[in-house]
Amino acid sequence: MAPPPHRRPGFSRKAQYSLFVTYVAATAGTIVAALLLSISVVDPTGFAALRTFGAEITAPIARIFSALRVSTQAITHDASAYMDAASKNVTLEKEARANRSKLIEARALRAENARLRGLLKLTDEGEQQIAVGRLISSTASSTRRVATLSVGRNYGVERAQPVRGPAGLIGRVIEVGPTTARILLVTDAENLVPVMRVSDGLPAFSAGLGNGTVLIKPLNLGESPFRVGDIIVTSGNGGLYRPNIPFARVIRKTSDGALAIPFADPGNTPYAIVMQQYQGEARAAQQAAAPDGETKEIKE
Amino acid sequence: MKIPVTAIHLPTRPGREYESRFDREQSLLKMLAIPIASVILASMVTTLPIFTAEPLLPPFGLLMMLGWRLMRPGLLPVWSGLPFGLMDDLFSGQPFGSAGLLWSLAMLALEIIDSRAIWRDYFQDWLIAALLITAVLLGGLWIAGLAHTAPEPSLLMPQIVLSILLYPLVVRICARLDSWRLAT
Repeated sequence: MAPPPHRRPGFSRKAQYSLFVTYVAATAGTIVAALLLSISVVDPTGFAALRTFGAEITAPIARIFSALRVSTQAITHDASAYMDAASKNVTLEKEARANRSKLIEARALRAENARLRGLLKLTDEGEQQIAVGRLISSTASSTRRVATLSVGRNYGVERAQPVRGPAGLIGRVIEVGPTTARILLVTDAENLVPVMRVSDGLPAFSAGLGNGTVLIKPLNLGESPFRVGDIIVTSGNGGLYRPNIPFARVIRKTSDGALAIPFADPGNTPYAIVMQQYQGEARAAQQAAAPDGETKEIKE
Repeated sequence: MKIPVTAIHLPTRPGREYESRFDREQSLLKMLAIPIASVILASMVTTLPIFTAEPLLPPFGLLMMLGWRLMRPGLLPVWSGLPFGLMDDLFSGQPFGSAGLLWSLAMLALEIIDSRAIWRDYFQDWLIAALLITAVLLGGLWIAGLAHTAPEPSLLMPQIVLSILLYPLVVRICARLDSWRLAT
């Protein structure tokens, strides 16, 4: 379509000026946006209040849709479970029998572990969970991997608390609103998680790649020691995430590490648990005594 | 005897059939509110519980704005990229001001294109929209990389392709909304 004639306003001074003003406004707007952007790049927490406001006003709608989605998922799951109930029952019984002995061994190990910990006088703070919510939306159109949780300050959620689902670690809280919280998922490129291989405790770091996988980098140099199928859990280093939260499964070995898929799929998690920091006090003290004298809490 | 149904007639509103058929005026509220509301609602699609492993959801707000702008030049003012973009920033998860800047630049670029290529057909509009969508998405990645650690640009390929392919659909939605907007 040809542009309308308003672009050539003729001899009318008023029309000429008002056209000119729109161009001035557009240019000024671009500059204002660039300034706002530079503020938010320097201080990413600066506009958190605005974003929280946006999340809060849309939360009711998101909650309804999330509830709908969960119930439809439940219905389809139930229907498909009904279809092959008999064969599944047989395999499950077999598995249950096989697991029983392992469970007893694990129980014994736990008792032994508790006794040894008592000897070492190790105390953990915050075994308890803080709140249970649901992930109600995510930034599916941006390269940031951030999700919105359905609970916020009203349930005692605070910044920098780990969030896990029934399957494994989901991420950590980066912004809190009155009834919602924003969670940086483990697949975000900014989220570094101290992890270890479950079989031998090999320490490593996990960094998100932004595409649903994470890169596991071992702390010691050399050829990648990982094998496909290795199970990765959190190691508890750094004091934020408690140890032994299921984290990811290795799917491919790379030259200096491994690619892994997190166990917790944010799109398929029935609920998310906000937990207390593993060793919050120690963590605060450590950050206060950072070598450059400033706290090293990652800003968001 | 039964009369065979040859066409489905929707019942007309009572009273409307006796109204004057000419010299009706469009509602000013509808004319103004529909384009604005459609762009903002399209920006708010991200609040639906859609979880993707990678950025896959097209930027519907941007598609809607480009659709209106290319289908009806002169309807949205040049500076409208800023308010629409800032509104999108509230919901997109990008650093605040990112879409405000990129969408403003896109509107200015369209203004320049309008003064160069005056007579265009639909496919040229689509091409222009495709270039602008690609530029805005890559720019968004670059801006996210300024504030935070950002992933590889190749990650955006599926989203770019999907957005470009969805543009015609969005223009059709704009056209439907436009005929509703201007209906008397």
